[in-house]
Amino acid sequence: MGSTSRKLPLAMTQHADQTLSADKPRDRRPNAPHAVDRLVALYRTMARIRAFENAAEIASQGGVQAWGLSTAAKPALVRGPLHLSTGQEAVAAGVCANLTRDDLLTSTHRGHGHTLAKGADVNRMMAELFGRATGTNQGKGGSMHIADFSVGMLGANGVVAAGMPIAVGAAHALKIRDRTEIVACFFGDGAVNRGPFLEALNWAVVYHLPVLFVCEDNRISATTPTGPMTGGPGASARAESIGVPGAKVDGNDVEAIDAAAGRLVADVRGGAGPRFLHAVTYRFKGHVSVDPGAYRDKAEVAAAMEFDPLLVARRALADRGVAVGTMDAIDAAAKAEIDAALTQAESAPWPEPAAAYTDVQNTGAGQWR
Amino acid sequence: MNYSQAAAAALSEAMEADPGVIALGEDLGRGGIFAQYRGLQQKFGADRVIDTPISESTIMGAAVGMALAGLRPVVEMRVVDFALCAMDELVNQAAKNRFMFGGQGRVPLVVRMPIGLWTASAAQHSQSLEAWFAHIPGLVVAAPAAPDDNYGLLASALASGDPVVYMEHKELWAVEGEVVPGTRVPLGLARRLAAGGDVTIASWSKTVPTCVAAATELEAQGIRADVIDLRTLWPWDREMVLGSAARTGHLLVVHEAVQVAGFGAEIAAAAAEATGCRIRRLGAPRIPSGYSKPLEDESRVTVGGVVAAATTLLRR
Repeated sequence: MGSTSRKLPLAMTQHADQTLSADKPRDRRPNAPHAVDRLVALYRTMARIRAFENAAEIASQGGVQAWGLSTAAKPALVRGPLHLSTGQEAVAAGVCANLTRDDLLTSTHRGHGHTLAKGADVNRMMAELFGRATGTNQGKGGSMHIADFSVGMLGANGVVAAGMPIAVGAAHALKIRDRTEIVACFFGDGAVNRGPFLEALNWAVVYHLPVLFVCEDNRISATTPTGPMTGGPGASARAESIGVPGAKVDGNDVEAIDAAAGRLVADVRGGAGPRFLHAVTYRFKGHVSVDPGAYRDKAEVAAAMEFDPLLVARRALADRGVAVGTMDAIDAAAKAEIDAALTQAESAPWPEPAAAYTDVQNTGAGQWR
Repeated sequence: MNYSQAAAAALSEAMEADPGVIALGEDLGRGGIFAQYRGLQQKFGADRVIDTPISESTIMGAAVGMALAGLRPVVEMRVVDFALCAMDELVNQAAKNRFMFGGQGRVPLVVRMPIGLWTASAAQHSQSLEAWFAHIPGLVVAAPAAPDDNYGLLASALASGDPVVYMEHKELWAVEGEVVPGTRVPLGLARRLAAGGDVTIASWSKTVPTCVAAATELEAQGIRADVIDLRTLWPWDREMVLGSAARTGHLLVVHEAVQVAGFGAEIAAAAAEATGCRIRRLGAPRIPSGYSKPLEDESRVTVGGVVAAATTLLRR
């Protein structure tokens, strides 16, 4: 068995369901057409997400307090909560590689990766985390609400599963307006236990909408393992029972995600109706920036780190004959790009206090008390 | 034209003028439970007057997504009591979207959620929750009391570009009145229904005709009331209400909602701050609406109740 075919240990999958058709075997030939270039590009996206979140995490030290914890006391450059997707980058990269700029996307509170992979500018993203006027949201949203409508990214969301009804509504509008774009709807494993999950999937089937549901299953709901909190065989079985077919993939294998997403996106674009991608991954960090995740089983985390999606991709690249130096250069370029974003963000202007009163509403806006 | 037909006419005209205007909700194809959508699906098709599953969260949330993707949805919640199943989608999503994403998007939608007592419908079909939504930045709140206002306010709500909470009243649907086609009623503008210098009576929705009737009785007692229908609760017409209260020196605010923490409290406090006038409120006691008539009647605002409140206010 080649190193690239290593999978997450099944025991770590807390609700492994086998109800969906397994992926077809991928073309593992080292010189498969376009495979190397595409994998390099996927790796670059993941490396940029990792660099962005690592930098943001450091910049957030001393910021928000939660769980009775605080990090080192110093003035925080990123003062709000950061929900990091470290370890989950392959899902964002693999799915978004199959979307066009005009396709729409709804995200979760853990949305930096989706935003970046959809094509948002990292300088404006970092400025948003810093609360600056030049941020994607002019400093009004921060990490939890990061959005870039100019690339179809309709927003991270502070409420679990809340993006799902919005996603099907956007898809419904696209259908009514005879548009060819589709909607990708990201949500976590925790979302499958909220009502909007059922409602939105059902809605997408009833109206035969162009939406790809992406369950980014990191196997933990905030700080509680999702498995014991979830009845039945889990996310993809629920989707299939409602009539949304799909695929279940190793969420740390960006090639697997890319391949599955490619097929499902083609179905959706072809008018087949909604599809469901269940990507099983693992969150390396705590729920939120200040949370060290001390409640996690250290052996489980260590085992999972062996399947860091960036390492998995590096192994695959090495198998294809890509030099380590090429991968290191990608990492270095990502770090340099994010360092520049940090510098820009730190010197960017703050919003004027008067901006607190803008973009509230057309009728009845003002400084009312 | 009655209150229900007036709303259907306004929506029909908006749908003719703009192919982006659509309606979604339960039972719309059959005209909606109050006939306020009668004939619209036959006229515009099931793709634009959309029958939905009983999925309030997603009816509301999908409308947010539709609005972001270029449509102007009219959302039907059936009754305000059911809109409580869609509070995240309305309060956290629709109302916050424009601001928290830094003005990148707009959420132009009208969500209709009829308020008020509905004979013998008991605790879960009888509420008046307008104050909840007036409290939320980002939302406009309208509550028409007459057919012409239902026609003109709905047209303005559809044109406003904001998320508008549009609160018709469950017991006003059959009320008849003259409607002049093409007449819009601006959001935020109140309407004076009787002019008088002794006491200001401000109200909205179904208690407006109650207050008008009370003003007639008060006049027989030699008391001249300035009766104002707010029509829109956010923004509300401070100029008219506070101007009147400053002139009369007495303000009575009347609404069908529970009086405690009702929107009348906001008006009363604003009037006290601005004019120092004497104030009295009249709303429902803080009880769930009962099914049986003697119980339900405890929640109703009556003409006699308004007269008594006004005379008490003036006597003090």
